[in-house]
Amino acid sequence: MKLHATINGRKRVLEIQPGDVLLDTLRDHDFISVRRGCDSTSCGVCTILVEGKPVPSCTYLSARAEGKTITTVEGVQDHAARLAGFFGGEGADQCGFCNPGIALSVYALSNEAPDADEDTIRHYLTGHLCRCTGYHSQVQAVKKYLEGLK
Amino acid sequence: MKKTNVVNTFNPSIDGKGIMMGRKAFTEDFAPKDALIIKVMRSPHAFAKITHIDVSEAKKLPGVEIVLTHKDFKRNAYTRAGQGYPEPSPHDKFVLDEYVRHVGDEVCAVAAVDEATALKALDAIKVDFEVYDPVLDFEGAKDHKVRVHPEDDIHEMFPIGFDPKRNLAAAYHMEIGDVGKTLDDSDVVVEESFHTTPQAHAMMEPHAVHAEIDYNDRLLMFSSTQTPFHVRRILSQTLEVPIHKIRVIKPRVGGGFGGKQALHGEMLCAAVTLRTGKASKMVYTRKEVFESTYSRHRMRLDFKIGATKDGKITALDVYGLSDTGAYGEHALTVYMVTGSKVLPLYNKVDAVRFHGDIVYTNRMPAGAFRGYGAVQGNFALESIIDMLAEKLGMDPVELREKNMIKEGETSKIFEVMGEGTEGTAMDMESCKLEYCLKRGLELTDWRGKHPKKVEDSKVRSVGMAIAMQGSGIPFIDMGAATIKLNDDGFYNLTIGATEIGQGSDTVLAQIAAEALGCELKHVVVYSSDTDLTPFDTGAYASSTTYVSGNAVYKAASKLRDMMIREAARMLKCDVESIDFDGRTFTDSSGSSVTLSKLSNTLTYNDEQQQLTATHSYVGHKSPPPFMAGFVEVMVDRETGEFDILDYTSVVDVGTTINPKLAQGQIEGGIVQGIGMATYEEYHMSKKGKNITGDFLNYKIPSQKEINRLRTEFADSYEDSGPYGAKSAGEIGIDPPPAALANAIYNATGVRITTLPITPEKILMGIKQKEKDRQ
Repeated sequence: MKLHATINGRKRVLEIQPGDVLLDTLRDHDFISVRRGCDSTSCGVCTILVEGKPVPSCTYLSARAEGKTITTVEGVQDHAARLAGFFGGEGADQCGFCNPGIALSVYALSNEAPDADEDTIRHYLTGHLCRCTGYHSQVQAVKKYLEGLK
Repeated sequence: MKKTNVVNTFNPSIDGKGIMMGRKAFTEDFAPKDALIIKVMRSPHAFAKITHIDVSEAKKLPGVEIVLTHKDFKRNAYTRAGQGYPEPSPHDKFVLDEYVRHVGDEVCAVAAVDEATALKALDAIKVDFEVYDPVLDFEGAKDHKVRVHPEDDIHEMFPIGFDPKRNLAAAYHMEIGDVGKTLDDSDVVVEESFHTTPQAHAMMEPHAVHAEIDYNDRLLMFSSTQTPFHVRRILSQTLEVPIHKIRVIKPRVGGGFGGKQALHGEMLCAAVTLRTGKASKMVYTRKEVFESTYSRHRMRLDFKIGATKDGKITALDVYGLSDTGAYGEHALTVYMVTGSKVLPLYNKVDAVRFHGDIVYTNRMPAGAFRGYGAVQGNFALESIIDMLAEKLGMDPVELREKNMIKEGETSKIFEVMGEGTEGTAMDMESCKLEYCLKRGLELTDWRGKHPKKVEDSKVRSVGMAIAMQGSGIPFIDMGAATIKLNDDGFYNLTIGATEIGQGSDTVLAQIAAEALGCELKHVVVYSSDTDLTPFDTGAYASSTTYVSGNAVYKAASKLRDMMIREAARMLKCDVESIDFDGRTFTDSSGSSVTLSKLSNTLTYNDEQQQLTATHSYVGHKSPPPFMAGFVEVMVDRETGEFDILDYTSVVDVGTTINPKLAQGQIEGGIVQGIGMATYEEYHMSKKGKNITGDFLNYKIPSQKEINRLRTEFADSYEDSGPYGAKSAGEIGIDPPPAALANAIYNATGVRITTLPITPEKILMGIKQKEKDRQ
């Protein structure tokens, strides 16, 4: 079957199977920033934006994305590069496996709650597990990033 | 310490931006699209023998390329541990075996054109098992009637106490002084048993590997490993492929924590590609990471501590039982670190004994994990120190101050205990533990808060622990670096050292830049490729900054001397008269040549040559980092629930080459330690099946665990380290379990001796105390 979707601003028609999930569909089409950390919607690594909202792509059926707008980090490169500066500034980028997913959630956060305080940031990013940083530096980085947008 | 420009200054990691932007970086990103997909049948039984296996139907399926069972491999015992050679771990594993020894152990493997076909093929394989009663209780494993390893073609590489007839993977004994007599003569003796549980590494990137045969007819493997050079050697030895026919590349690794020190998918992936000639790929599912790799060792530590009535600690006596599960990966060495990187904290004792057994069970194997035994030992020691202080009627901080190791001192243990071998005597040339303790007390207002403050049904309390670790394994861990001068005066730094997210590429480039006097951006780093980079044992044992960092410093200094020699030739002056500021060589007369000019001339115009320097380093000591950790909690006495309000650390890692990255190492360790202390635990069914095989059931800390995390570094300089550095990778994980147990005790009077420290255990303790009072 065919999936018609707008991926990173470009209309695409992708061949999919009924049981496919977006994580595999996107990776198969070289959106390699989307990576697998688990298979149970519980780590946040595979986060993408569908209609601007962060969703885990490991359990999002590709067919469900018919007609929708999908964003991966490949589609928000300037944002990711800028955010990386703040992560670097706080020493918040260790292995980085979870960072493209976090970048997308922060992108959504900056639209939904640009004035987010530390608690809100923590709450918003709770779905992103990270085993490297201890989180403190991530929160500081995101806080400074949001302040920098003002 | 003299002023530095690149080290000990703020520098963001050199690779963070590209990774945030989602560029190709991790193992799977580089896999050929046509790679066969490997799937493994996992044992549903904790202990069984494969009596019959029929793969004929699976082989007939279109798209199935190869099916591998134990019959397809020569019996060649090895260890997956991923250590230097000869390994201190027993060779007790086969690529595939007729026995399966834990739920999740490999039965057989299939490689097919896609995942669906591979899974279908696994379903078509018929296996008959002879199922045995498994050995699941590690406390009854020694001399159990069931032998986890009944086969006779397994062996130890040198004496480690390996005795599979008794279910012993290893055993250890050492005694300094007369412990029995010293304890008898002590005014006060405290005795307690402590239990720790296995912990999952839970790195975000599951283990991944892919292989192909390249156009030179060699095996080219990409692996998410911490030990690419060990992988090359172990593949060669076990599969009997000449080592020169193997190239292992480690791309960016998405976290390791010891979990990727061992070989996991590499052996089957190599076997599939060698036999089919086709590219193949194996990526672990999260469930496989949880149940088919390895965890931290479960331990029971029986501790005795003696002291005089005025608080001089006289003796430490520890017997430990460690559960290595089905295979003895890191069995001996993890257990030895439980003593060797813990007990020297109290170096003024008259006698110390440390002994124990590391037993086989039919549980998931245990292996290397950040802290490497020290975290278990620290939980026991730093808990019993608080217990001793109470019995002596002494302040626990004062007891520590009086007895702990200080700068310039040593411990006999360093000489007696190494990792699998004898140790190396050393004095503490840098040890700022006294400062760490004092500063931590100030930062946390300890005197104002210790031991507790009652607020209605809740109690606010504090607890603390001190810790040490090491910096590499002396005379064993070797790192090497090569630096090359390019035209226009920039450098390539190639290192065997293994970046796994901890920031080693950045830190090692900083060391090179400092030694060469250039900017960080002019050092281009390439690491961990067995064809192209010099050797390194790998990312483990807190070795990279200290061991590999020393190699980088020495290589850079050597290249600097070579460049000065060429500049002197060009300027027609003595080498001694050249001053080099990183950009320009100037002689005493004021004549000069820029590095850019020198390098371009050497490349294109005159006496053309390539300047390259290689240096290697093997540590002659393992200077410990030290730290003090302080936790403040709010405990609800009605429910046993608690919140961690603040966690403050003061740490002596020598000079921080990159302060922000060092802080990240400490804080990441702390939060992992808090997970271990509070809820991380494998739960097994009665038949030995792991029922915590995903992040829904095995919880790791999330954003909301800790309200405040504060980390400071002591001003410290380790003379033997590069620019004064020691290690930072492991130590952070050590103090949280004991610090928290002490805080909970201070709040409730309940002494938790079995991790994790859960509200249920606290509440049951409170109820028990109430009952005892009635």
